[in-house]
Amino acid sequence: MDGELKSKIEDLIKSKKVFLFMKGTPDAPQCGFSAGIVTVLKQLQVDFGSFNVLSDMKVREGIKEFTNWPTIPQLYINGEFIGGHDITVQMAQSGELSKKIG
Amino acid sequence: MTLEEIQSRIQTGLPGSKVEILDPYRDGVHIKALVTYSGFNGKSMVEQHRMVYATLKDELKEEIHALGLETRSE
Repeated sequence: MDGELKSKIEDLIKSKKVFLFMKGTPDAPQCGFSAGIVTVLKQLQVDFGSFNVLSDMKVREGIKEFTNWPTIPQLYINGEFIGGHDITVQMAQSGELSKKIG
Repeated sequence: MTLEEIQSRIQTGLPGSKVEILDPYRDGVHIKALVTYSGFNGKSMVEQHRMVYATLKDELKEEIHALGLETRSE
């Protein structure tokens, strides 16, 4: 991965405490899994940043390589990769997610 | 790729695992896999999911649009 793309991804992840790479936008998600994470974050009333990977092919492919995770959405908290849709939903149900967000 | 093929791909990659594949919308595209595997012991959820994804590396690039995962250690 080229350095410019890597630092763009790193800057995005650091730009907010909670950051989501998703398909579409929080108001108009373009995939069921992305919509699912947005719903979870909204229920927890979390202020989060997001990036629409459908708007940028390079980021869409780059984030998979960066995280070594083959699918999108991907959620980060305090710069740490938390997981995709299923892990996020499971952690929300167990209360672990709100603990992580603090 | 059939659901049986996905199941056998995961089982080959994670020997001894129990794998159940669900197709809740009956579209063959939005698939859910329930995987129980002793090798998950002591691993984080992210690591467990990565292990399953690794068995389907090429399929996830093209054929499988959405794979829901639920992993359990034994």
